[in-house]
Amino acid sequence: MKTMKSIWKNFSHTVASCRNNPKLLIGLILILFLVFFWLIGSIFVNPKRAQPISGLPDQHPSYQYPLGTDSNGRDLFAVMIVGTGLTLRIGFLAGLIGLGIAIMLGFISGFYGGLLDTSIKGIVDVLLTVPPLAVLVVIVAMRTEAITLNFMILIVAFLSWMLPARTIRAQVLSLRERAYISMAKLSGMNNLEIIIKELMPTLMPYLAAGFVSISATAVLASIGLEALGLGPQYLPTLGMTIYWAISFSALLRGMWWWWLPPVVIIVILFIGLFLLTAGLDLLANPKLRRIM
Amino acid sequence: MTPMYLLKRIGILIVVIWAAATLIFILPRLATSRNPIAERMGQTAGAAGYLSHNVEEMVKVWEAKFGLDQPLWKQYMYHLKDIVTLDFGYSLAFYPSRVNTLLSSALPWTICLFGTATLISFLLGSLAGALLSWPKARKFLQYLLPLCLTLSAVPYYLLGLVLLFLFAFTIRIFPLYGGHSIGIVPNFSLTFILDALRYSVLPGLAIFLSGVGFWSLQMRGVMVIGLEEDYIYFAEAKGLKEKRIFFRYAIRNALLPQVTALSISLGQMISGAILVEVVFGYPGLGTLLLKAVSAFDYNLISGIVFVIIFIIAIATFIVDLLYSVLDPRITYKRRTK
Repeated sequence: MKTMKSIWKNFSHTVASCRNNPKLLIGLILILFLVFFWLIGSIFVNPKRAQPISGLPDQHPSYQYPLGTDSNGRDLFAVMIVGTGLTLRIGFLAGLIGLGIAIMLGFISGFYGGLLDTSIKGIVDVLLTVPPLAVLVVIVAMRTEAITLNFMILIVAFLSWMLPARTIRAQVLSLRERAYISMAKLSGMNNLEIIIKELMPTLMPYLAAGFVSISATAVLASIGLEALGLGPQYLPTLGMTIYWAISFSALLRGMWWWWLPPVVIIVILFIGLFLLTAGLDLLANPKLRRIM
Repeated sequence: MTPMYLLKRIGILIVVIWAAATLIFILPRLATSRNPIAERMGQTAGAAGYLSHNVEEMVKVWEAKFGLDQPLWKQYMYHLKDIVTLDFGYSLAFYPSRVNTLLSSALPWTICLFGTATLISFLLGSLAGALLSWPKARKFLQYLLPLCLTLSAVPYYLLGLVLLFLFAFTIRIFPLYGGHSIGIVPNFSLTFILDALRYSVLPGLAIFLSGVGFWSLQMRGVMVIGLEEDYIYFAEAKGLKEKRIFFRYAIRNALLPQVTALSISLGQMISGAILVEVVFGYPGLGTLLLKAVSAFDYNLISGIVFVIIFIIAIATFIVDLLYSVLDPRITYKRRTK
C-alpha cells in the first residue's frame, strides 16, 4: 500500500513538473497525438481497407482516398492508422519486456555485486558493441514461417535493454550505500523487500526514462528490419509500408503519398520519444536543468 | 596505458569476435526446418524446368561437400578454423562466387562511406555542440538547437529518402541510385573517383546530417556542465584568452565523454548506415545483405554479419585505446581500497 502511495506521489509530482519541463510536455503531446490519431482513425476508417486490393491501385490522394493508394491497392490512409497502432504496440510491449530485463539485471548486478555483477556487466559491455541490426537480421532471416508481430516484439526487446540496465545498475550502486538502506536492513527487511519498497520508488523517474528509451530503440530496430523486408509481411506496419514503397520504386514514380506519410509519422514518433526521454532524465536528475 | 589494460581490452575484443563467430554458427542450425541446399537445388531445378527425382541424393552429396554430414562439434571446429582464416566458403545465391569475393568488392564502399561520414559528423557535430553551449558565441546559433534535435531523432535512412526525393527526383542534381555510373569499371583513376564521389554525396549527407544532430546535442550537454567547473573560472581569472579557454579547457575535457559515447554508439550507427545503402542502392554491405536475405543465402548472410561485427569490434577497440591516450588520468590500475 505504501508503495502504491509513493508511486502515486511520484506520478502527481511528474504531472506537476510538466509545467516547467517543456520537453516532457511536448514529447507527451506528440505521442498522445499519435495515440489519438490511431484511436479516432480506427473508429472512422475500416481497418480492412489497409489490406491489398481493397481499392484501385496507384490512385492519387482524393476525396475517396485521402492519402491515395499503393500499387497493391491498399488505402494508404487506412494503412497509416493501422500501422501507427501496430508500431505503437511494438514500442509499448517491447518497452515493457526490455524494461523487465533491464530492471532484473540492473538491480541484481548493482545490489548483489560480486561475480554476478562482473559477469552481467561483461555481457552488457559485449552486447553494446554488437550492432543490433546484424544480429536481428540473422535471427529473422533464418526463420521458416512468416514473422509474427509478437515474435518481432520479443526479439527487438531482447536487444534493447543494455543501456538502461547500465544506468539502473549505476544508480543502485550509489543508493545501496545510503543510510536509509542500512536502516531498512537493520529493521529486518530482506533484500527483495528493500529492492521493491525502497529502491524502486526512488528510481521511478529512471525506470520511466529507461522504458521510453527502450521503446525508442526497439521501434528503431523494428522499422529497420521491416525496411529490409524482414518484418511481418502480412501486416501493414509503417516499416513494411516503407519497404513496399522502396521495392515498388514509389520514389521514382513520384508517388510521394506512399512513402512520405510513414516517414512523417515515424519522425513525429521519434521526436516525441526523444523529448520524453530527455524530459524524464531531467526529472530524474534535476542537476541537468542547465543543459536542457 | 598499462599493459594490463591493453591485455584486458584485447581479451574483450577476442570474446566479441568469438561470440559473433559462434552466433553465426548456431543460429542457422536452429532453423532445422529450413535446408538452404535443398531450397537452392529445388529453385535451380525448378528454374531450369527440370523435374528431378534424385534431388535428395544430390542434396546429400552437396551436404557432404560442405561438411554438413559431420557431427556438430566437428562442424564447429571447422567453422572456427574458417573464421580464423577469414574464409566463408561459397555463396549459395551467387554460386560459384565465393563469399570473400563478394565481401571484398562491397566492403570498401561501406568503409569509405560510413567511416568518412561518421568521422566528419563526429568532429563537426562536437564543435557545433560546443559552440551551442558557449555563452559568448553568436546568438543565431541558438536557433540551430531545434534543428539539431529534429535531425538527431530522424533515422538515417528516412532522412535518405527525403534527400533522395529533394535532390535526385525534384531537382535532378544527384543520381538516384547506385555507387557509380553504369559502364565504368571501378578502378583508381580520377574519373572514377569523381564519379563515385558524386554518387556518395546524398547517402553521405544522410549519415552526416543525423550524426551532426546527435553529436552536437551530446556535446552541448557535456559542455554546459563542464563550463560551471572551477577550472574554467580559474582560467578566466588568470586572464587567459577566450579562445584558449574554449579549446584547451572546455572542449578538451568535454571530449572524453564524447569519445565514450562514440564507442558505445558505433554499433547502432552502422545499423543505420546499412539501411541507408539499401535506400540508395549503394553497392556496399547493406545492399549485399538485402540480396543475401532475399535469396536466403546463409553463407553470405553469416559472412556479412560477421564482417560487420568484426569492423565494429575493431573500431570500438581503437576508440577505447584512444580514450586512454586522451585522458592521462586513467591508468586502468586496480584501485586499492
